[in-house]
Amino acid sequence: MLKLPIYLDNNATTPMDPKVLEAMTPYFLEHYGNAASRNHPFGWEAEEAVDYAREQVAKLIGADPKEIIFTSGATEGDNLAIKGVYEMYASKGNHIITATTEHKAVLDTCKHIEKTGGEVTYLQVKRDGLIDLKELEAAIKPTTILIAIMYANNEIGTIQPIKEISAIAKKHGVLLFSDAVQAVGKIPVDVNKDGIDLMAFTAHKMYGPKGIGALYVRRKNPRVKVTAQMDGGGHERGMRSGTLNVPGIVGFGKACELCRLEMESDTKRISILRDKLETELMKLEEAYINGSTEHRLPHVTNISFKHVEGEGLLMGFNKNIALSSGSACTSASLEPSYVLKALGLGDDLAHSSLRFGLGRFTDEEQIDYTVKAISETVLKLRDMSPLWEMYKEGIDLDSIEWAAH
Amino acid sequence: MAYSEKVIDHYQNPKNVGTLDKSSKNVGTGLVGAPECGDVMRLQIEVDDATGMITDAKFKTFGCGSAIASSSLATEWLKGKSIDEALTVDNMDFVEELNLPPVKIHCSVLAEDAIKAAINDYRVKNGKEAIQFDESVVH
Repeated sequence: MLKLPIYLDNNATTPMDPKVLEAMTPYFLEHYGNAASRNHPFGWEAEEAVDYAREQVAKLIGADPKEIIFTSGATEGDNLAIKGVYEMYASKGNHIITATTEHKAVLDTCKHIEKTGGEVTYLQVKRDGLIDLKELEAAIKPTTILIAIMYANNEIGTIQPIKEISAIAKKHGVLLFSDAVQAVGKIPVDVNKDGIDLMAFTAHKMYGPKGIGALYVRRKNPRVKVTAQMDGGGHERGMRSGTLNVPGIVGFGKACELCRLEMESDTKRISILRDKLETELMKLEEAYINGSTEHRLPHVTNISFKHVEGEGLLMGFNKNIALSSGSACTSASLEPSYVLKALGLGDDLAHSSLRFGLGRFTDEEQIDYTVKAISETVLKLRDMSPLWEMYKEGIDLDSIEWAAH
Repeated sequence: MAYSEKVIDHYQNPKNVGTLDKSSKNVGTGLVGAPECGDVMRLQIEVDDATGMITDAKFKTFGCGSAIASSSLATEWLKGKSIDEALTVDNMDFVEELNLPPVKIHCSVLAEDAIKAAINDYRVKNGKEAIQFDESVVH
């Protein structure tokens, strides 16, 4: 029996796996100790649970448990990595390289660094969403201390060539930080094989709880250090003070373990559903997939339906299907997605896009319902779209002088 | 963001979607907005030469639910009005009737502009001067 509403916004957040909640519960009620309390069993239990979870988290990404710094989430991880490296390596240089399609937590942190005297290069991406490796290498200067490139994009799912990027970083003695929020737990990520020095990720994008994440900080070849951004009791090897969120950490650990064990079967099943969704929707006229289809997360697709507007489109079914629009009109801003614009999409296509994020709990019946609802809405809105009528009459929309407002 | 019931109703059951013959002398067409801004409204009126009354109105809109609702409502209001009456329709009338939130006020402005543009198109076609309107406030 199909239950509405259907959730297809797993890039925004995922539901918790019930097994994760089950693992967490005792750490709210019975084992509520502070992991830093060294003098009694409550503290010992909590510390033991954190150690175990740290191993579970580390194992998913091929890291050593000592290299895991727990944070409140990826925004904090992004801030800690970028600001922490910028401050720690100030004597070496002040230049950071990133890309225009990064998450706001990276871009705004870089903007902050520019205000404090740092220099940042924002690489453009190609039409498929990938950065140009030659441009990356050309951007490196003697003062470059960090390359910050995300593993996979949150709006279009494009996977950057991380191994090639890290080879370039290594060649020039520059650290590589990757915001891997959308990739960890979904596709194999291995900090050693991938050559990543710092990496931020978060539990709530992988069926864990909100409010807990981690920053991976490499300890060997090279040993990386970041300046703490929060002063206090010196937790997490002095890099992140604050009483550990024990139930959150336990849940995060469990979520990582489940992802590691279920990744292969999940990916296989979800990518079949994603491909079905995409194939069916692409049967509509003037529909375009945004970003690379070759280098892409298995559970994501982003499609523009030309001559219908994203927010208007969402309204046709958003009571029953949870999706996000590439157009940010739903917020106070009328700007379409900066990620889609960075791909070189015109405003018209950027305004007409939908982002689908499938997940562990997506099933075929939900996909069939979604295809039908979206197709019907697109057709209905095109019937009332003056742009569609002009397009059908063969009028070149670019030839019209629009009164931009 | 929650839409008002009236916006939802117009979105689900839009009134007067369609196209009038834009080459006809009796038809005035207003095309406002821009694709890159995420809304384009086309509002058309058919005017009875003898009486100066608007006998029919049609729209097509590319945009969000509020833009669709504003243009649908505009066609309902225009039918049966004289040109002079139509000129008194103000964007705030849409805001009040549809309970538009502040971020959607531009939709109401667009609807008012579409009415004025359609009337001017009709006037120019019939040998009259276009009326000069003040620049819209919210653009």
